[in-house]
Formats: sequence, C-alpha cells, structure tokens
Amino acid sequence: MELVEAIILAVLAASTPLLIAATGELVTERSGVLNLGVEGMMIVGAACGFAGAWLTGSVFIGALFGMVAGTLMSLVFALMALGLAVNQVATGLALTILGVGLSGLIGAGFVGERITPAMHLYIPVLTDIPLIGRVLFGEDGFVYFSIALIVGVWWFLYRTRAGLILRACGDNHVSAHALGYPVLRIRTFAVMFGGACAGLAGAYLPLAYTPFFVPGMTAGRGWIALALVVFSSWRPGRLVAGAYLFGAVTILQLHAQGWGVGIPSQFMSALPYLATIIVLILLSRARTGGSTAPAALGTVFVPDR
Amino acid sequence: MQLVLEKRVERSGTIALVSPLIAIGLTILTMVILFAILGKNPLLALHAYFIAPLTDGYSLLEIAVKATPLVMIAIGLSLCYLANAWNIGAEGQFLIGAVAGSWIAVKTQGTDAGAWVLPAMFVLAAAAGALYALIPAICKVKFGASEILTSLMLVYVADLFLDYLVRGPWRDPQGFNFPTTAEFDPVATVPLLIEGGRLHLGSIIALLVVAAAAILLGRTIKGFEIRVVGAAPRAARFGGFNANQLIILTFAVSGALAGLAGIIEVAGPIGHLQPGISPGYGFTAIIVAFLGRLNPVGILIAGLFLALTFIGGEQAQIAMKIPLDVTKIFQGILLFYVLACDSLILYRFKLVFPNREVTRGAG
Repeated sequence: MELVEAIILAVLAASTPLLIAATGELVTERSGVLNLGVEGMMIVGAACGFAGAWLTGSVFIGALFGMVAGTLMSLVFALMALGLAVNQVATGLALTILGVGLSGLIGAGFVGERITPAMHLYIPVLTDIPLIGRVLFGEDGFVYFSIALIVGVWWFLYRTRAGLILRACGDNHVSAHALGYPVLRIRTFAVMFGGACAGLAGAYLPLAYTPFFVPGMTAGRGWIALALVVFSSWRPGRLVAGAYLFGAVTILQLHAQGWGVGIPSQFMSALPYLATIIVLILLSRARTGGSTAPAALGTVFVPDR
Repeated sequence: MQLVLEKRVERSGTIALVSPLIAIGLTILTMVILFAILGKNPLLALHAYFIAPLTDGYSLLEIAVKATPLVMIAIGLSLCYLANAWNIGAEGQFLIGAVAGSWIAVKTQGTDAGAWVLPAMFVLAAAAGALYALIPAICKVKFGASEILTSLMLVYVADLFLDYLVRGPWRDPQGFNFPTTAEFDPVATVPLLIEGGRLHLGSIIALLVVAAAAILLGRTIKGFEIRVVGAAPRAARFGGFNANQLIILTFAVSGALAGLAGIIEVAGPIGHLQPGISPGYGFTAIIVAFLGRLNPVGILIAGLFLALTFIGGEQAQIAMKIPLDVTKIFQGILLFYVLACDSLILYRFKLVFPNREVTRGAG
C-alpha cells in the first residue's frame, strides 16, 4: 500500500510542472498567440527560482523569482510578436535558444548547491486518514496551487466577461478590434500570464522536484506542455487529465528502470517523448469536422487605424 | 501620442539588404552591455570573439570546419521554411544520420573493406536523416499533427538512441568504459583537404549543396513551387501546386542534408561516435537560415559568421573565462534582432495622436 501511495505522490510531483506551464500556455493560446518559448521561459524560471531560494533561504521567494523571470522573458516575446508583428513560431524558437543560454549563465554559480526543498503540508487530522490522507492532504504547496490555478482559469475563461473577450480575440481578432477591444493589450496580458506560469513551473523543478539545479533540467517539459495544450483541445478539464497522464508515464518509466525490466534505460526515458507523438497523432486523427484550435492562433495582427 | 506599426505599400528593398547588418550591429551593442555586467572588458571580449579567430590560420580553418554542418543543415531548413513547413528537429536528423553512417563504420572495423565504405556511409546517413524527417512530415500531412512538436520530440529520442548505442552494443572494448565507439578506420574517415588543421572534404560538399540550392530555387519549377506555397498559399492552390507533397519533399531533403552533415561531422573532425557530437548545430542552423534570409548565398555567409561565434566563444572562454553559455545568449539575441529588423521590411513605425483622430471622427 505504501508503494501505491509513493507512486501517486510521485505522479503528482511529476505532473505539476507540466500542468502549471500548460495552463499558462492555454490562456496565451486562447487569446490567439502561439508562444513556442515555454521551454525557454521554464528553464530561466528554474535558474532564477533556485537562485532566489538559495540567496534568501525561502522557497516562496524562489517561486516568486521564477515567476518574475518567466514574465520578463514573455515580455520580450510580446514586444517582438505583438509589438513588431514578427512570426510567432520563429520568435518562440528564439526565446527558447536565448533562455537556454541565459539559464546556463545565471545557474552556473549554483550548480552543486543544495536547498531545503518545498515542505509537504501535513494537515494534522486529515493527513492521518488511511489510504487517501497523505495523497490528498500531504502534498507540497505547488500541487494545491496548480489545481487552484486551473480551476481559476476555467472559471475566468467560461464564467467571466473578460474571459469571453479574451476568447473572442483568439477566435477573430478583426471582429474583436472592430468592437473596440484592445486586442494587442489583451494578448500582452495573456502572454505575460503564460510567462509567469512557465517561470513558476520551471522553478518547481529545483524547488520541489529535486533540491538542486542542473543546467537543462527542464529536459523538454516545456515542449511537452505545448503538446498538452493541443491534447486538451484548448479545454482546461482535459488539460488536467492530460497532465496527470503524462506524469504517470514519466513515473512508470522511472520505476520500470528501477525494477530492472530488461529494456535499456534509454528506451524507457524516450517513452514520454514517444507518447507525446503518438497522442498528437491519435488526437489529430480523431478530430472530425474542423479544428478546435482558436481560429486566429498564431496569426499576426496589426490593427488598421 | 503613440508609436504604432503600419503596413508598407511595398516591401522595402533597402531595408531588406541592410537588415542583417543592423541586426548584427544591435547584437554587438547588446553584448557590450552584457560583458560589462559580467565585469569583463567589452572591447577585449569583442576582440576575442570576432577579431582574434580571424588572425591565425588554424582558427580560420576551424571556422570553415564548424560552418560546414551549419550551412548544410540551414540550406535544408531554408527550403522547409520557404514552403512554410516548420522542421525544428534538424538536431535529431543530424544525430540519426551520424548513427546510421557509423553503423557501417563500426561493422567494417578491422576488416579489409575498400574505398566503398565512406560513400556508403554518406548514402545511408542521408537516407536515415530523410526517413527520420519524414516521420513528422507524414504525421502532419496524414493526421494533421503539429510538425513543430513531433520533429522536436524526435530530437530527444535520437539523443537517447545514440546514447544507448555508444554505452551498449557499440562501445569500444578498449575504450576504458568511456561511452564511445572505437576510432573509425581510415577508409571510413572523411579525407582532409590540406595537411595540418581539420579542414576536410565535407566543406567542399557544403559548397556544392549551396550551389545546388541556388539553382533549385532560382532556376527550376520545383523551387518556384516551394516559394509560392510558402508566400502565397491561395495562389499556389489556384496554380494546382500540391502543398502536402512539398511538405514531404522539403522535409525529406532537409532531413537528408542534416543526416549527411551528421556523418560528415562524426567521420571527419570527431573520428568516432560519442554522445555530445553536436553543440546544438541543428538549432543554431535555424538562426543561420533566418540570418541568411533563407537565401543560399546568404546562408553561406551567415553560417561562417555563426561559426565565428563558436570559435570566438571558445577563445573568449580560454582567454577571459567568459562562460560558453554567453555564445548561446549571443545567438538567441541575434535571432531576435534579425526577426525584428525583418519586420521593418514589411512594416514601418508611425506616430499617431489618438485624441486628434477622435475629434476628427466626431466632427
């Protein structure tokens, strides 16, 4: 039973960064902007988050550092893709290349250092409930925050007027502009939200997942988060399912390596990436009657005056 | 008062010509600031990056060696990008090409195999790179799966596969447990062009690739189709051009070129298969393609320039202890500026006064 509990805890830990980053990108894409720089924003968030936590001794401040770093990176993207109407795919790639370099530079001084990782909360009575107690009520703060975040995003997108306007920008920016909504400003906020989430997701890795920083520690999680948004058909509910599914695949392969299954470890490590490809194929195939993507996703908008 | 973008009536030819130069200038300016923040003398750092490698013969040859894979990969990528097909997994195709070609080298090791070995390695590497690139292309055409994500995921898969081979079945028994194959036999090694240094036949192949791409794009119907499908998809549909077929074609060509670049790098300057054979050539080549304006000759120049930053970065690390990551930052910033300057070919800035417009509208 303890093994099951341990596996569930591990799956939640592996899923949380994916969920946070993908939630941010979902909002960005719903406003009509395709920011492919999630990996770059995450890795900078990881480096800055660790630096912040190491310097101040506080995981919370570290997480804030990560969010600010991710937001600053996303502002560079917004300046280019929204301000200068540059191709969003190319700008996102540039952001990732820049992010990998920046995180190496920022994190260089911190390689080999350790911090006290984020505490798991132990709510006295609830945590002692057999079977589900530890799993439901004994996680670190990031896990609860990620769930609150996705619920909040769902509520914002489907239950508020501002959310409706944001979705309108994503589906038809010309109409939204004609109705008098500041399309570029709304999109800038959406991009910044995505950046803050990616930065936080990156910071989760050295603050809670492992207590140290390694260059390149995001290992493609930003790209998997992008695939998750496609997987979710741009819907928050399916995003949660997708993120936990991918977390489960990651943990499954780690455990299989530990059990000494006769498959080389590299093949098991490749599993999450192969799973992403297979899911993308199955999903794109299953979709009939047009795409569910925001109609204006990735297109350049220059308002005429 | 507000600064806004406005579409130009015609694309600006002047800016199209000078935009890469402006981008490089702005990048250097930004780097000066970064060096100052790092506490390094900016002038000395710039000298180490851009001047020192040009002053000795060995470094000049090394620039050509580094530019070879960059140019070959970027030429392939430029065809994809012109056709609006987003292959960003060239790094993976490069690795798979290296693996496939190395298979022949490893299997013929120590036998008296003749001169056919190296050409066979080239052919197999190109074929493997093309097949590997066809996976995302077919997923895109048949199922509509994003080629950006699938091609990128395959980079990680290729990296792990190579890692498995050199740690497992292909590991050199005399290699003290290092994850590497044995040194390739002379028949499986790309010949050097001149004594001393590492300049090899691959650089000539890269030049031939540039020439072939220039002819393809400038003088053939296929090249015209590629450019039209990317620039004016509607017109291309009316013209009866098959966009899907071109996605398959451009992906296959770019995969083949990346695979060929991979085996040339392994059988040339490196001499054996090991993890970390590429310092991110497949990603840097994306910058080369854009800096070169997706034009074959431009790519040749851009490839040499980015190779200079690799060599300069190494020298700056040795001479001034500037971290190697600064080179990546430099490359990322350069791509930003290139894209930003390119935007000014199609748009221009304009100052508007919102208040006055409103009054005019009301009156």
